[in-house]
Amino acid sequence: MVKEVEKAGFPVVILCNLIPVARSVGANKIVPTISIPYPLGDPATSKEEQYKLRRHRVEVALDALTEDIKEQTVFKVKI
Amino acid sequence: MKKAVLYINQFFAGVGGETEADFEPEIREGLVGPALELDKQLQNAEVTHTVICGDNFIGSNQEEAVKRILEGLEGIEFDIFFAGPAFQAGRYGSACGFICRAVREKFGVETVSSMHVENPGVLMFKKELYIAEGGHIAAKMRKDIKKMANIGDKLLAGETMLRAEAEEFFPRGIRHQFWPEEAKPAAIRAVEMLKKKLAGEEYQTELPIPKSDRVEIAKPVVDLSKARIALMNTGGIVPVDNPDKIQSASATRWGKYDISGMDHLESGVFKTIHAGFDPAAADADPNVIMPIDVMRAFEKEGKIGELYKDFYSTVGTGTTEAEARRMAQEIVVHMKEAQVDAVLMVST
Repeated sequence: MVKEVEKAGFPVVILCNLIPVARSVGANKIVPTISIPYPLGDPATSKEEQYKLRRHRVEVALDALTEDIKEQTVFKVKI
Repeated sequence: MKKAVLYINQFFAGVGGETEADFEPEIREGLVGPALELDKQLQNAEVTHTVICGDNFIGSNQEEAVKRILEGLEGIEFDIFFAGPAFQAGRYGSACGFICRAVREKFGVETVSSMHVENPGVLMFKKELYIAEGGHIAAKMRKDIKKMANIGDKLLAGETMLRAEAEEFFPRGIRHQFWPEEAKPAAIRAVEMLKKKLAGEEYQTELPIPKSDRVEIAKPVVDLSKARIALMNTGGIVPVDNPDKIQSASATRWGKYDISGMDHLESGVFKTIHAGFDPAAADADPNVIMPIDVMRAFEKEGKIGELYKDFYSTVGTGTTEAEARRMAQEIVVHMKEAQVDAVLMVST
């Protein structure tokens, strides 16, 4: 789906857990999430920790929208 | 008798569905689930062990899962390794691929799996292992296992593999010396093809060029603080009554949902209808898939210009590439009208 969005000219970042899949299907900007059922917040951690992690990863994705990349890139996350 | 080992996921092992998808790797002596049928079909080897691992466990801890399985296999003698069939299950297919790749590297045995053509595992691993052309749903189990067994038997017997199409596995991109039955030299075959081409007739190339499907990278956002950002997801986040009746698997429908005035997605108001994972976490807090809460914070802080008032949803499990493409094209039309500047997609 992101390829169609990008084809239409929209800058787009995919946040997902299965990075190798996103790579092989050809997504250009990729930010890793932590799992499949809860991409952006592990229910085993506190609400604060979940929020912090979510905020960080979404911020990485937002900043990735502004990056002028030349090839497929998986952006690094810290938490 | 030669020996074989089969890798399967927690579901086909009978451990459980999505709630058990974190099941840690385990090697059991004997036949579990699909191993029974494989053992029956396989002529040149017996299946001695079954490796079981939860799809989420290997999805999120790939290195750890592979390491543990390789360690477990160390004491076991086997001549060939099977994985699946994985049908159209993306997580399962990529898990089969990663395990087969690692087993092949470490133990030097051939590896065979089976997947549907739309399984992303095909694109990722078809060059490294034999992937039989499989069905899209588990009802095709017996047929798929038969194909895996046929390929396995040939490999075990050291027989020459015919062209991928004839053996019904996905072409691996390997060229073999091949003596055509009519023994016609290449020059003559080429001229015959050329004549057919000039006459506008059908002909079969001997060297198909694989299609590459890359999309040009879109121009980056210049100023986030002025940008209108839309969120999308394939995790099936919808209002609890699922007004667009998006299917829980193999979706052909999508929806857009207005979040004006909301500073987060409320549990009990939104939920997930995705049938491909345990919904507990996302139902309790839909923001773990659609991060409306942090996007609102970024909007307030001025990091982004605006969070677009609708977010877009569909379900990614079992959904064909063709349907996904069509749905995205429809969504794009809407986003253009809405003058969206950029998009974040969360995929489960």
